[in-house]
Amino acid sequence: MATQHSRSAARLMMSPAVFLLLVWMLVPLIMTLWFSTLDYRPMRGTFDCCEGLGNYSRFVTSSAFLDSIVATLQLVGGVLVITVVGGVLLAILLDQPIWGQGVVRILVIAPFFVMPTVSALVWKNMFMNPVNGLFAHLFKGLGLQPVDWLSQYPMFSIILIVSWQWLPFATLILLTAIQSLDSEQLEAAEMDGAGPLSRFGHIILPHLARSITVVVLIQTIFLLSIFAEIYVTTSGAFGTRTLTYLVYQRVIESQNVGLGSAGGIIAVILANIVALVLMRVVGKNLDA
Amino acid sequence: MGRITLDKVRKAFGDVEVIPPLDLRIEDGEFVVFVGPSGCGKSTLLRLIAGLEDVSGGEIRIDGTDATNLSPAKRRLAMVFQSYALYPHMSVRKNIAFPLKMAGLDKAEIDKRVEGAAKVLNLDSYLDRRPGQLSGGQRQRVAIGRAIVREPSAFLFDEPLSNLDAALRVGMRLEISELHKRLATTMIYVTHDQVEAMTMADKIVVLQAGHIEQVGSPLELYRTPRNKFVAGFIGSPRMNLIEGPEAAKHDAHTIGIRPEHLMVTPEGGTWTGKIGVSEHLGSDTFFHVTVPGFAEPLTVRAGGEVDLHYDDEIHLTPDPAQIHRFDAEGLRLA
Amino acid sequence: MARAVTTQRKIAFTALAWIIGLAIFFPILWTILTSFKTEATAIADPPVFFNFDWTLENYTVVQERSDYMRYLWNSVVLAVGSTIFGIIIAVPAAWSMAFVPGKRTKDVLMWMLSTKMLPAVGVLYPIRLILIELGILDSKGALIFILMMINLPIIIWMLYTYFREIPGEILEAARMDGATLKDEILYVLTPMAIPGIASTVLLNIILAWNEAFWTLTLTTVDAAPLTAFIASYSSPEGLFYAKLSAASTMAIAPILILGWFSQKQLVRGLTFGAVK
Repeated sequence: MATQHSRSAARLMMSPAVFLLLVWMLVPLIMTLWFSTLDYRPMRGTFDCCEGLGNYSRFVTSSAFLDSIVATLQLVGGVLVITVVGGVLLAILLDQPIWGQGVVRILVIAPFFVMPTVSALVWKNMFMNPVNGLFAHLFKGLGLQPVDWLSQYPMFSIILIVSWQWLPFATLILLTAIQSLDSEQLEAAEMDGAGPLSRFGHIILPHLARSITVVVLIQTIFLLSIFAEIYVTTSGAFGTRTLTYLVYQRVIESQNVGLGSAGGIIAVILANIVALVLMRVVGKNLDA
Repeated sequence: MGRITLDKVRKAFGDVEVIPPLDLRIEDGEFVVFVGPSGCGKSTLLRLIAGLEDVSGGEIRIDGTDATNLSPAKRRLAMVFQSYALYPHMSVRKNIAFPLKMAGLDKAEIDKRVEGAAKVLNLDSYLDRRPGQLSGGQRQRVAIGRAIVREPSAFLFDEPLSNLDAALRVGMRLEISELHKRLATTMIYVTHDQVEAMTMADKIVVLQAGHIEQVGSPLELYRTPRNKFVAGFIGSPRMNLIEGPEAAKHDAHTIGIRPEHLMVTPEGGTWTGKIGVSEHLGSDTFFHVTVPGFAEPLTVRAGGEVDLHYDDEIHLTPDPAQIHRFDAEGLRLA
Repeated sequence: MARAVTTQRKIAFTALAWIIGLAIFFPILWTILTSFKTEATAIADPPVFFNFDWTLENYTVVQERSDYMRYLWNSVVLAVGSTIFGIIIAVPAAWSMAFVPGKRTKDVLMWMLSTKMLPAVGVLYPIRLILIELGILDSKGALIFILMMINLPIIIWMLYTYFREIPGEILEAARMDGATLKDEILYVLTPMAIPGIASTVLLNIILAWNEAFWTLTLTTVDAAPLTAFIASYSSPEGLFYAKLSAASTMAIAPILILGWFSQKQLVRGLTFGAVK
């Protein structure tokens, strides 16, 4: 359905979006690339040329870098596993005939609307605080020693907070997907003698594959740039310094723009690798 | 007004040529049917005429003026789509009025024409419904209504009946034919169904792989198919095509004989075979007959109440005046 | 599934679903409850649930201390503004990709999404510098632009998946009916896509409302939205649970209510064409 006329119209109508995104991507990226080769520390007034790849080697060889990669993988991986597995289970539960399904759905979806700063603050203070937090009260009530969650199990705590925020998203998408499953398929499988478990494995799960890839893609996009939750809770201490946060610290807190920019470029490269892999998988899955 | 001329029109998608250069004249007021198997390029050809696709070469003239590069909106053609393509968010009234609104007519005139079209198509009582609330046949009528209010120089129909059930299809076929008689406007109608082509057309264009195989009136095509393809495509059930020694007897590579031109006799006959499946339609019976030495079973039309059954022996005699002869290239031999 | 379900089974599933639902909702409920307590009740051990003297004092204090209304207004302006501009740019782009797909359409779309994967920190400093150079650091205009840019790929993708469900024949019919491209988009495509556009708008408002990287790093006073308002409670006032709760409730209430009312549209939009 395309004529020369509509094709040129299409190109014209695409151009604002493409142009803006190109500028939005390239200009700061090129500036960052340039800064990354400088010894640029605005607080000390240093702005010296020609560090070459010095910033890069310094950034990569510091122990903080490897730690930050590990932290990032832990965070993203942990949240993805919890939300996808939890989402599938919860979606199946909500798909059962229950009373008040609408209300339960409203309850489950709610955390998605809570801004990250608020959820981090509420969890940090009102739940995970070792003295006045609800968990501390609960532990004391059970005769246990209260735990200082954010310093004893910092990564676990942050994964918990972030998972709480993203579980609704996964659940809702997967629930919609399950509801779109043709019940005749399940009935046919039952006629063929498939038990509940094999029905889940052979019919429900494959049907959800497409939605799960979308959940993984969207969540990865957002999880890679998790910031507020860490900023508010641990400020990157106790092994919760993700790559994003490490770069932020270098650039803003220690005002070492050269070094931080090198880190930023590395983060961009790594993110692109992840993006490429995901796009391959998702692009294929979206066509189907 | 509605004379459409295609002059060496061709269409390629990338390197694939779907329509090799093609010439066609459509006279004013004609009902022309493009027919062919799916993928033969008939819809593409229609879309080229509509301006929904660019031609890759050649010229399209509408009423003598070059329309090759005109946008669809400026060609003064109206189209009825296979899916009806009604605007789901507008009432029937607004759907029909849309082309008039786009043409900038004043409200009184629009109302007058919409009412007129609705009366013709028996849509009066549905004017304020949405397309979603209508049956398939009603939707089809709305789509036609939207086409006729513009008083276009030609109507284009893209398989308009294929989404209707069999009974409705026959009814709508008649309605469209009547509409053509009343309006006397050029209509170009695309279908893969040769029955629609035979019953509606003034002129049939048989297409295969983008080529025009033959152009002619329904009876011309039926009587003198130019090649094996047209012979097999026009007529239902399809013509029996026989190769080998039987064809050689008639100095041909292939001979064709229609089921209705085979006579069933109790004895004798040119060919003798065994009855396989028989299809009883009441008025007619079709037998599928296996004749020893023939590659494919023959289809035979017999009367409605013939007492012959599976595995019975049957004797067949072709009407010698109705034998079609084709050469090795599949072309008709005079 | 059309089949009889035993009542016992239904009761069991209902109970389980409600327990999990309430557990997930509990942090929000607890925050709202605490916002009506006095500071002493807020940290009482054992915790008090409903049986306390309800007070609105915390809300008054929070409003006086940090001028909630100004932050709220900024949040509204940023979320709505960035959404409107985003939609205006995204609708034509999504039209092009959905109805005039070329060989590279999918690549362009994926490229757009990949810009969303660029870590914001990588480009934070240059963008700060540019804003300072232009004298628009801490301005609503700059923030609207940035929020629009970071969500643009998502908006385009969502609209694209919606538009793709609209049969091309209807747009062709409009073209045959004499509609120009403008008419086609304005009178046919947009009205047909209203549900899709609505859910895109909603999601974008939520994303923009909750965005907490750029809004925290690029605003100080004038353009600061609710994310900054709440961040100012991170310490040491965070230890005043009742006030923190009041501030939190005020920050999330508008979007929570909006989200609940529109959850049907939202859910459909969120599936990004993953569910047909």
